[in-house]
Amino acid sequence: MTYDITIDGKHYRLDLDQRDGRWGCRVDGREVEVDAVLARPNVLSLRIGNKAYEVKCERVGSDQHVWVGSARFAAEVRDPRSLRSRARAADEHGPRKLTAPMPGKVVRVLVSEGVEIDAGGGILVVEAMKMQNEVKSPKKGTVQKILVKEGAAVNAGDILAIVE
Amino acid sequence: MFKKILIANRGEIAVRVIRACHEMGIAAVAVYSDVDRASLHVRKADEAYPIGPPLASESYLNIQKILDVASRSGADAIHPGYGFLSENPKFAQACADAGVKFIGPTAAAMKALGSKTKARQAMEEAGLPVVPGTSRGLESFEQAKDVAARIGYPVMLKAAAGGGGKGMRLVQDSEDLKSALDSARSEAERAFGDGEVYIEKAIINPRHIEMQVLADEHGHTVHLGERECSLQRRHQKVIEEAPSPIVDPEMRRRMGEVAIHVAQAAAYTNAGTVEFLVDQQKNFYFLEMNTRLQVEHPVTELTTGLDLVHLQIHIANGEPLPFRQDEVKIRGHAIECRIYAEDPDNNYLPSPGKITLLLLPSGPGIRRDSGMYEGWTVPMDYDPLLAKLIGYGSDRDQAIGRLGRALNEYFVGGIKTNISLFRRILSDPEFRAGKIDTGFLDRLLKAKPALTEPNAQTVEVAVIAAGMFATLGAVAAEPGERAGTDGATRPPKPQSNWKSAAFRENLQ
Repeated sequence: MTYDITIDGKHYRLDLDQRDGRWGCRVDGREVEVDAVLARPNVLSLRIGNKAYEVKCERVGSDQHVWVGSARFAAEVRDPRSLRSRARAADEHGPRKLTAPMPGKVVRVLVSEGVEIDAGGGILVVEAMKMQNEVKSPKKGTVQKILVKEGAAVNAGDILAIVE
Repeated sequence: MFKKILIANRGEIAVRVIRACHEMGIAAVAVYSDVDRASLHVRKADEAYPIGPPLASESYLNIQKILDVASRSGADAIHPGYGFLSENPKFAQACADAGVKFIGPTAAAMKALGSKTKARQAMEEAGLPVVPGTSRGLESFEQAKDVAARIGYPVMLKAAAGGGGKGMRLVQDSEDLKSALDSARSEAERAFGDGEVYIEKAIINPRHIEMQVLADEHGHTVHLGERECSLQRRHQKVIEEAPSPIVDPEMRRRMGEVAIHVAQAAAYTNAGTVEFLVDQQKNFYFLEMNTRLQVEHPVTELTTGLDLVHLQIHIANGEPLPFRQDEVKIRGHAIECRIYAEDPDNNYLPSPGKITLLLLPSGPGIRRDSGMYEGWTVPMDYDPLLAKLIGYGSDRDQAIGRLGRALNEYFVGGIKTNISLFRRILSDPEFRAGKIDTGFLDRLLKAKPALTEPNAQTVEVAVIAAGMFATLGAVAAEPGERAGTDGATRPPKPQSNWKSAAFRENLQ
């Protein structure tokens, strides 16, 4: 197997093959001696030379992280034979969207549409796990739209309001 | 002795109390809201009863529903845990009226002490030191403005019924007073059903030190030493330890005497905690009394060798305290980390979700009180406390060493937790020197964590492991075997993660 792997934004080419219970492994063409035991699903015990590592794999939605001990790495694994395009989020200009920082409930809306607001001005309050958090305007402008009502349940990432 | 105890709570504290019941040969009854059917306390109990919707006011805060379960299950006592109804005198009274023993103080003692404003009034009358401010709830914004101007900014707004940092705001100047007062009131109203808020001069960077007291129903009151709880964020404790690095036996004796005085003045019974603010000259001021078991009680248990929940149950059963003050010995050092479902990269906002992988620490000097398990979805409806990890050692250095080691063993995957924060705290030179106050954590968080460039070898390990996980995702490899063995020769075992997680939990 050949993979294009991105760890914290840097690209690597990894060749892996399994033969007779052993891994053959090359990183960017360089041979690495490695011995692996899957301790349980998502937990690998790795030996590279005589150094030992406990490595954990964490997947949340489409995000994947690999933890080497307590160090966390964002990992992206692609099979170069598959033709999956990499969509890039478009740069945000002009109107700014306010998104829910966490799942919770809108307990108060502090301003109405059309109101002028300063950067850092409170727009609404979201409560989760008994903590109330004010969602603040990212810039000076006009509150163009409030997309939620008091009492509404929201998920992390939901758009709450737009500041123009 | 009681035959059956109902635990009117959820999460790690419900599990903690269920364990004590089972240790004492008492049956445990759990209650749960609709989102808590899969919670750990339901699994560990002998009986479990649904009490309605996730909203606390319709389930865990609903006195009638809980008393109905007590009656249906035949429970002869109720342990309230902390939070929820634990400091509600109406609940304590309703239990007494229903003929069910409330494991805690009487409604009268709670009323005298549970309201922070009433407790302040009592302490002023007794001539004990309190922080300048109002000892009655604020009637209006104008009054708040006047008092704040008189005692001087910064001031602290606090919910009279408060606890756990809810309904509490630090106000730096008059401009912010209005919005702080509104939000404190609204938060207090939602959390405690009581929007009374009072004002206090904010003592800057004090230590927060509290004394554990125990009182039986025969007039004996003892203290079990102090807990240092200065490490807080948003007025919520993050790390607690016993003993405090700055309290010597003489100071402990003086604080203990005041604590016992406070408890006895209110004819207090069962376990309680008297909180003090301590300034840089080691002067201590009465802050409030918490009329319940505290989250951080394990550090006292480890340094005194006592089990506070067992003692609470014995006291509620009418038994006298089995020891005297001079028999209480503080031995060794214990530190507790509160593991919260919070995102360190997103200003520590709550991070509910599914726990996909859980690796647990163990070994010498480690205690873990937990309400989570692998495969469980942390609901968004309640406090984000998942577990408490406590390290014990013969001295503070050893306790820190063991806790740091255990934090490296602990892994919670799928949700964000504050475990990395504890690594930072434990390795901080000021913390290690015991130089802490309530401003410590804000200062630590303002300083950007030292960016340690991961070494090339660690990155290479991550690259290789990422590829292996991708390969292994396609073939069902058996745990414990060489991961490289050809998966095709062995049929994948169709065991669900749910089942294997449950199996592992039972093996612990």
